[in-house]
Amino acid sequence: MAEVSLHGISRRFGTTLALDDVSMTVPDGSFVVLLGPTGAGKTTILRMVAGLDAPDAGEVLIGGKSMAGLTPAQRNVAMVFQQYSLYPHLNVRENLAFPLKSPMLRTPQAEIDRKVKEVAEILRISHKLDNKATALSGGEMQRVSIGRALVRNPAVYLMDEPLSSLDAKLRADLRVELKNIQANSGATLLYVTHDQIEAMTMATHVGVLDQGRLVQFGSPRQIYEDPVSVYAASRLGQPRINVLPADLFAGAPHGAASIGLRPEHIAQGEGEESFVSRVEHLGDQTRLHLTLRNHAIVTVTDAHTTLKRGDAVRIRPRNPLYFDATGARLI
Amino acid sequence: MSSYSVTHPSLRQKWFAGVIVVAYALITLMPLIWIVATGFKSPSDAIAYPPKVVFEPTLEGYVNLFTTRTRLSPEALAAAGPAQTWYDEIVRQYDMVISGPSRYGERFFNSVIIGFGSTFLSIFLGTLAAYGFSRFRVPLKDDLLFFILSTRMMPPVAVAIPIFLMFREVGLSDTHLGMILLYTAVNLSLSVWLLKGFIDEIPVEYEEAALIDGYTRFQAFYKVVLPQAATGIASTAIFCLIFAWNEYAFAVLLTSGTAQTAPPFIPTIIGVGKDWPAVAAGATLFLVPVMVFTVLLRKHLLRGITFGAVRK
Repeated sequence: MAEVSLHGISRRFGTTLALDDVSMTVPDGSFVVLLGPTGAGKTTILRMVAGLDAPDAGEVLIGGKSMAGLTPAQRNVAMVFQQYSLYPHLNVRENLAFPLKSPMLRTPQAEIDRKVKEVAEILRISHKLDNKATALSGGEMQRVSIGRALVRNPAVYLMDEPLSSLDAKLRADLRVELKNIQANSGATLLYVTHDQIEAMTMATHVGVLDQGRLVQFGSPRQIYEDPVSVYAASRLGQPRINVLPADLFAGAPHGAASIGLRPEHIAQGEGEESFVSRVEHLGDQTRLHLTLRNHAIVTVTDAHTTLKRGDAVRIRPRNPLYFDATGARLI
Repeated sequence: MSSYSVTHPSLRQKWFAGVIVVAYALITLMPLIWIVATGFKSPSDAIAYPPKVVFEPTLEGYVNLFTTRTRLSPEALAAAGPAQTWYDEIVRQYDMVISGPSRYGERFFNSVIIGFGSTFLSIFLGTLAAYGFSRFRVPLKDDLLFFILSTRMMPPVAVAIPIFLMFREVGLSDTHLGMILLYTAVNLSLSVWLLKGFIDEIPVEYEEAALIDGYTRFQAFYKVVLPQAATGIASTAIFCLIFAWNEYAFAVLLTSGTAQTAPPFIPTIIGVGKDWPAVAAGATLFLVPVMVFTVLLRKHLLRGITFGAVRK
């Protein structure tokens, strides 16, 4: 395992700037999640590290060595693609053994068998080893795809939304599994997702990307509690942060254009009067959808609340975040 | 019953469809059936009028196809003794003896070498070119592809004279190599275009995965792309083989003594005494290799034709 660092990476596709001067360091043994909507440049960063694409400017280092001009094979990285790119003409066992049989590794057969068995057990696909890769369910395909990365011992694992095509239960299981594997083996992982739960639960570091720029890099907690902008604040948190005009509540600092309120950062009982528009009982908590002077606000409340549609609730901010007109955080 | 269903046709609809299919098959197969039947007729049955549908089958046509025969005087015939084999027997009816093998065997063999050789070469070069066009940024790609296709926009025979002169100049006239190169040149545009279509359909992620799994570009091509392109390669190979196998005009023009293929040879059999059964026998045997090749690859051919319309 090794540290991966990017120095001033830029990449242009035609007229669009896919990556704009991105620099970051993925420490050895860390689990770094890149967050951002489609088109933010997450996948492009993975492809730069993998060597499937070359930067126009800047440089990628793995384990302190420049990767410029090296092929993907020479970089010793493993990658899980978003679309499970299992080799359709091979069965599951052959798919898992494929990287081990490469001319770079030339693993002895006994070692291949042992590794494939071990990984198949971790991912619970042992019973499918002799199936054709195309005769699997989506979840199984994706597990094989992850397995094909795990059989190796690369400098870094790159994963491009590996769980996005799975159903909710399997996704939750694999999330825990992946985190365990990473924690136990000390693997370095660079992981792309737009699922903020994956980011919060697995990451040691989160990088927030906005239109090719890395706008914030830090621990998930840091980004959740101390975002640099409205954009970064909106990446994490479920339900999403409420972004409202700053003058809705008293006490906004000078220059504030908007106020950001996490659902749990709304105190009830005093302050401005709002009306309940919808009540969602989730079991462990209840979400209240409020309307305050035509602005929709979501907050969480006691699971056994008796509030119902049309009731009036007084609310005031608690630990609010203020942002200026450009969306940057006011400290 | 007035209900109409596309997925569950009624018995009457099935019968109706069946009759149409059988009728169509009979119409298209009629020339083939007639050729095969003629191969087993005697020369007099073959030219009988009205045509004979029921006849006494004989292998005379096949014997004549593979042999050359000499007519002997009755004394010489008596001196030659009784017929030794069944095919001797057949030619003795006409006061003839077999004097040696005909050239059909070598012509047939030439067809095999030239047909399969040029098919292999067309596929080999076509796959590599198609892969390059499909995956790499080639300058002027669209123009190049159009140029390649434009070689098929006139009938190949239109350039027969220049090719004849060129072949004579460089010594390729009447050689196997010359014919293989010529048929490859004609087929290559078809194979590049067809194969590019098939390779375009294979997601590039498979190769990228293989590159990351530690393989070189060529190994990824060989281990991942080729197996998935098998369907396209098989159907393209059939088209290439059928063209090279049946080609007549260039073969007449450019080959004679050594590299002559079967198509120009078969009609010449007729010169030896209006021997239609031998011609039909030659044509029938000539069909066999392409038929076998097509039947062996027919599963791929069908999948090849529907490729892209049905995803996996």
